[in-house]
Amino acid sequence: MSSYEAHFKVWRGDADGGGPADFTVEVNDGEVVLDIIHRIQATQAPDLAVRWNCKAGKCGSCSAEINGRPRLLCMTRMSVFDRTETITVTPLRAFPVVRDLVTDVSFNYAKAREIPAFVPPAKLAPGEYRMRQEDVNRSQEFRKCIECFLCQDTCHVVRDHEENKTAFAGPRFLMRVAELDMHPLDAAAEAGLDRKRTAQDEHGLGYCNITKCCTEVCPEHIKITDNALIPLKERAVDRKYDPLVWLGNKIRRREA
Amino acid sequence: MATGTEPETDAVPAVTAGDRARGGVHHPSRAAIPDRHLRRDRWWLAPAGTAAGLFAFIVYSTWRAFADTDYYAAPYVSPFYSPCLAENCVPMRGGPNWEIFGAWWGLSPALLILIFPLGFRLTCYYYRKAYYRGFWASPPACAVAEPHRTYSGETRLPLILQNIHRYFFYFAVLVAGILTYDTVLGFRDESYAWGHMGLGTLVLLVNVALIWAYTLSCHSCRHIVGGRLKHFSKHPVRYRLWGWVSKLNARHAQLAWASLISVAVADFYVYLLATGAFDDPRFF
Amino acid sequence: MTQVDRQSWDVVVVGAGGAGLRAAIEAREQGARTAVICKSLFGKAHTVMAEGGIAASMGNVNAGDNWQVHFRDTMRGGKFLNQWRMAELHAQEAPDRVWELETWGALFDRTPDGRISQRNFGGHEFPRLAHVGDRTGLELIRTLQQKIVSLQQEDEREFGDHEARLKVFQECTVTRVLKEEGGGRVSGVFGYERESGRFFVIEAPSVVLATGGIGKSFKVTSNSWEYTGDGHALALLAGASLVNMEFVQFHPTGMVWPPSVKGILVTESVRGDGGVLRNSEGKRFMFDYVPDVFKEKYAQSEEEGDRWYEDQANNRRPPELLPRDEVARAINSEVKAGRGSPHGGVFLDVSTRLPAEVIKRKLPSMHHQFKELADVDITAEPMEVGPTCHYVMGGVDVDPDTTAAVGVPGLFAAGEVAGGMHGSNRLGGNSLSDLLVFGRRAGLHAAEYATGYAGADRAAPAGSDIDLAEAEALRPFSAEGSPPGTEPGRPPENPYTLHQELQQTMNDLVGIIRREAEMRQALEKLAQLRDRAGRAGVEGHRQFNPGWHLAIDLRNMLLVSECVARAALERRESRGGHTRDDYPDMERRWRRVNLVCRLSGSPGDPAAGDPALGRIRLERRETRPIRADLLGLFEKDELAKYLTDEELT
Repeated sequence: MSSYEAHFKVWRGDADGGGPADFTVEVNDGEVVLDIIHRIQATQAPDLAVRWNCKAGKCGSCSAEINGRPRLLCMTRMSVFDRTETITVTPLRAFPVVRDLVTDVSFNYAKAREIPAFVPPAKLAPGEYRMRQEDVNRSQEFRKCIECFLCQDTCHVVRDHEENKTAFAGPRFLMRVAELDMHPLDAAAEAGLDRKRTAQDEHGLGYCNITKCCTEVCPEHIKITDNALIPLKERAVDRKYDPLVWLGNKIRRREA
Repeated sequence: MATGTEPETDAVPAVTAGDRARGGVHHPSRAAIPDRHLRRDRWWLAPAGTAAGLFAFIVYSTWRAFADTDYYAAPYVSPFYSPCLAENCVPMRGGPNWEIFGAWWGLSPALLILIFPLGFRLTCYYYRKAYYRGFWASPPACAVAEPHRTYSGETRLPLILQNIHRYFFYFAVLVAGILTYDTVLGFRDESYAWGHMGLGTLVLLVNVALIWAYTLSCHSCRHIVGGRLKHFSKHPVRYRLWGWVSKLNARHAQLAWASLISVAVADFYVYLLATGAFDDPRFF
Repeated sequence: MTQVDRQSWDVVVVGAGGAGLRAAIEAREQGARTAVICKSLFGKAHTVMAEGGIAASMGNVNAGDNWQVHFRDTMRGGKFLNQWRMAELHAQEAPDRVWELETWGALFDRTPDGRISQRNFGGHEFPRLAHVGDRTGLELIRTLQQKIVSLQQEDEREFGDHEARLKVFQECTVTRVLKEEGGGRVSGVFGYERESGRFFVIEAPSVVLATGGIGKSFKVTSNSWEYTGDGHALALLAGASLVNMEFVQFHPTGMVWPPSVKGILVTESVRGDGGVLRNSEGKRFMFDYVPDVFKEKYAQSEEEGDRWYEDQANNRRPPELLPRDEVARAINSEVKAGRGSPHGGVFLDVSTRLPAEVIKRKLPSMHHQFKELADVDITAEPMEVGPTCHYVMGGVDVDPDTTAAVGVPGLFAAGEVAGGMHGSNRLGGNSLSDLLVFGRRAGLHAAEYATGYAGADRAAPAGSDIDLAEAEALRPFSAEGSPPGTEPGRPPENPYTLHQELQQTMNDLVGIIRREAEMRQALEKLAQLRDRAGRAGVEGHRQFNPGWHLAIDLRNMLLVSECVARAALERRESRGGHTRDDYPDMERRWRRVNLVCRLSGSPGDPAAGDPALGRIRLERRETRPIRADLLGLFEKDELAKYLTDEELT
């Protein structure tokens, strides 16, 4: 086993300000960036704040930006870096900073509440649900989401434009709309809720310009853009931009 | 060892007031980092490459579309001029010149028809990504701050019109059909006798295959074929089609580039034949 | 003392994993105003790590399955030490709990006719585990999380406030369960916000503990940092008792390389779906380790084992699917005998057994995990695996029907923090169903109990307890080195160092194979660590300070570790998750004994107490006889292996 000393710049500070702090830390074979952050904590800066949980890429807690790229600290192996390079670790830059590498991700929880929940079919009792595997595959892909919020962080709609945060749900939650709209037993339509239409009218689907950064950063390799956002846009088109439907609506409105 | 248990507030902000006013990653609530981004890889390479590639095609196609010459070398027609719908088209036996527009059209007949593939590609989900990043820097690359002060995406005119992609797709299918017809006509010799093949036939064949692959791999096509269904299990044939289109769709970006290049190559090949710069090698 | 933030709720649930969230949903649906407190962000609980599935005898894949068979398997797995009433309720109610998840939006993998698919797992006679690939825990958490959000949306419509009747306090740690003046009924909890370091008190007549396990006291573990035994310690400090603490499950297959991920789980479904264990000689060694009690139930040859995957009616299952304790011990023995893999594990091979496509479809997150963390492609090469501390069977001594902690009115416990259900060893898949079944029961009874105490009847927290709790939490900031009355001049201790030493001690001395001398040594070491932990000091301030958080959690880990060590030293036999090198056999008379841990000395000061005697008092208690109709589910011959002659007559 070989070990070496690596140079790290870790952003330290809080809402009032801060900057990069330099560390020289030991690195051993097979380690990931989170191991190094932990070593810094244990040996040099015991109060260095970082969120983490499972350390296996399953919980999505340790999201941060490494050399400017949104990543999970626990899934970024040290072997991908050059031994001489200085590795910069900063908190997520789309959300308010709390302290050091910890950010306030409450934006995401607020957005989660804005998406109407699954509507169970009225006539089926528990245990009577029947769904084919081919019908649940699409939604299952989206349910792999570990809510690390890296897609929300990298999405320029909110990352670069704070003012869009009210109108735009972000890739994770537009994907949630897609998941429910593709759920074979979701009875939203029967309950008078048109998820396709609200995706655009209430959750800001139109802000997405499909530049695919959400897909690029997804640690679960979910094809967010191709399988959730674009299909959702196409479903909205079904509702709103089909010229025949549009014409029909116009005529009906005039009559009324 | 610690003395107090309340936060110290002596850190010096490294971000200027001007930065803060710009919002985005410099918004006052965010971590104070002066740099617009901290990426160290060559992130600019992809958008720059995209922009260069698209720009080259635009220059080439504009020249060729307005040139109004050297687009037919029997039995081959340039895909830029097919179908040729005005009276001023050069005569082609068997098509694809149909004088729908009659004599009043005086400009290049390419302009009549190129609008459709242009619209299809302009509203294509892949090309949108490519030119939003490459030309408009919105964003230039992931986690690289964009230079614009405001952003409304595709929520308003004119970009809300991107939603009509589907209708361009229908036209694109027609165009691909006509290009297929052209390719069939390519199995003639220069005196229109059937049962021959030359290098040009092969060029058209490759081009039309790529055009079809690109057209069918379109996200709208994927939606229409089966993506819009809630229950695949009730539509087994459409589910299978959706599966095939999905496989193609995963390569949509590559097909977009491949077909863009092939269409230019096919046109250029016809140009070379028409100007006499090159003789079509005949296979049989 | 500074003023702490105070709020009043009906039910407080500590922990937001499967059990906590299920309890909260139930309490809220019963009409109780419910607060959930969790150390991490909402939706990040350790439950997301559960991979294999939820055991429930729905009989979708094999119609022969029913609750009686599930009950039998659970009792066998736990070597009959299970709290049988809990095992009975669990087996009976699990299917309803799974079906209910579907009505909240869960999407399990399906059978060809559209029902919930069920997979095979170690110790389960029939395919029984409802699953979603190998990320079932994530599906469970997300479904419960989204159900909570939907309840909050209802409240928003009704009251204009999402949090009117159900609120999640995320990134908060509870350090004390508060009681009324005089120490009778529970009156709330004391805790701090991790983000700001601010203290708070939530007053409530019912407190549900759903904090999970204790794995972070061990070095090699599949558990996350949250698993510091908080609920176990909170219960002890509130006057409740813990049972079965000697039983700690070491999952047979954790990753062994690279070192930074050592311990991370490799799901049992790898074996359920066809993966086999081989030693360095390429031998499928598990055939040599089938214990007598299981001889008739498992294949005797590789051929038969292989046939079983195709035809389960006419073949016996391969021994790779023995209960976890058996497999873990077998791997341990192979490695000790020098037949291990290069990094000190054995080989788990699925690459030669299934086509790459199938592996990627059935085990996506395993494929991902090995690719990303170890650079191993499991479709092309074998994995290296070894035992890892996974689960504690022991926990709060509860009433099986209501989950109420024995002896502390108003305190409830569900999930891993509750003891008894799994006996000496838990079967894979029984944990997620346990969370749902007993989480619901905890929520139900906590809400009922709380409604019984309206307004003035409610107990108020004793003011002195709040002051004490605050002083205890702040102590690491004022660590002066030597505590009063001891020799001066000793430096403050680094909490990270103490934690590492604790983990090493528990791993080496009270680990998978135990010996009397080593456990005595462990108890001495624990006493020293407890003394040093009294001097743990931290730098910085209270805002999101992980060093401080760890210093506070150390108290819990030390208490729980002592319970494990003391109980393990006392039980002179080997059974399930407790293996004694010096007493290698299972003794029928020990089946009748539960070891019960209680706090000795003053609960106010956990650092006090005689180092030699420790903080924990151990008692033996006779188990309740198993009800006759339940015993009737077993063959006499089988019972004779577990029950004493006296019990059998």
